[in-house]
Amino acid sequence: MQNFGKLEITTPSDREIAFTRSLDAPRQLVFDAWTKPELLKRWLYGPNGWSLVTCEVDLRAGGRYRYVWHHTNGNEMGMGGVYREVVPPERIVNTQLFDQDWTEGEAVGTLVLTEKDSKTTSVNTVLYATKQARDGALSTPMADGMEMGYVRMDEMFASLAKEAR
Amino acid sequence: MKLIGYVDKAAGLDATFAALADPTRRAILARLASGAASVMELAEPFEMSQPAISKHLKVLERAGLISRGTDAQRRPRKLEAKPLAEATEWLERYREFWEASFGRLDSLLSELKLSELKKTGLKSAAQNGAVIKNSSPKSRTIQMKTIKHNNRKPGHAGPGRQKK
Repeated sequence: MQNFGKLEITTPSDREIAFTRSLDAPRQLVFDAWTKPELLKRWLYGPNGWSLVTCEVDLRAGGRYRYVWHHTNGNEMGMGGVYREVVPPERIVNTQLFDQDWTEGEAVGTLVLTEKDSKTTSVNTVLYATKQARDGALSTPMADGMEMGYVRMDEMFASLAKEAR
Repeated sequence: MKLIGYVDKAAGLDATFAALADPTRRAILARLASGAASVMELAEPFEMSQPAISKHLKVLERAGLISRGTDAQRRPRKLEAKPLAEATEWLERYREFWEASFGRLDSLLSELKLSELKKTGLKSAAQNGAVIKNSSPKSRTIQMKTIKHNNRKPGHAGPGRQKK
């Protein structure tokens, strides 16, 4: 399964963040998983404790979507937007705005699914309104030209933070 | 010297990551993790002039990653744990969300593939000759692509559809 399960985070431009993930399934299934509420509710909720309680999807250009997550500790997080492009099973472009906005306005998300040998690469790119918003959302060291694996960096942070405590 | 306060968390993180983008500065932080040190001590392991090291120290100071001790002679630098811990925590949470979600998506997809496989098998058996029997996953995929996503009616489940 070598590359499977590895999430890659990159910065294609100074206003974008891209998440790339390989999935061991044909892209129609991946597309369904990304767009059908009953399927989205089964995976898109991050760490344990959270659940995607509201998931409304009107999958067509101009249609709206809305997600609301709840945590067992009472926290709530919501976001939504409008679909700009819907091309099953390969491409979705939508606007994205979090209820508690920290990104200086609406961002635009582009999901591109490509298939090879019955496996799908999912690339989810978020274009922020400004570079500052992007940097706020993910101040990647890559943005500053640092080429260091995230895994290694996480390890470094963890050990530095531990030692500094 | 005073730390730059975290008035704006995002801007603070930005400064932290920019400061961490340089290998010399990371090495300095690693050295300071084992205790405070003077500029001279910090310059030692590097083939760099003291002014060059001082420049790096300034960047780290501005990012709030290090501060200066009170000893007027040595002015030792020491590591500040908080911004580093915040940067770590923040990044980890971001990753955590997507890694946990994609991990779950993996399981969901293998489940969907399995039910699709069963369905295709049944369908091909039922439709005697009406549909070319597809046994390889690839040809099945091609067939699936022709199904329009928006036009699926309940009960009209093509190959790859899961019944609700």
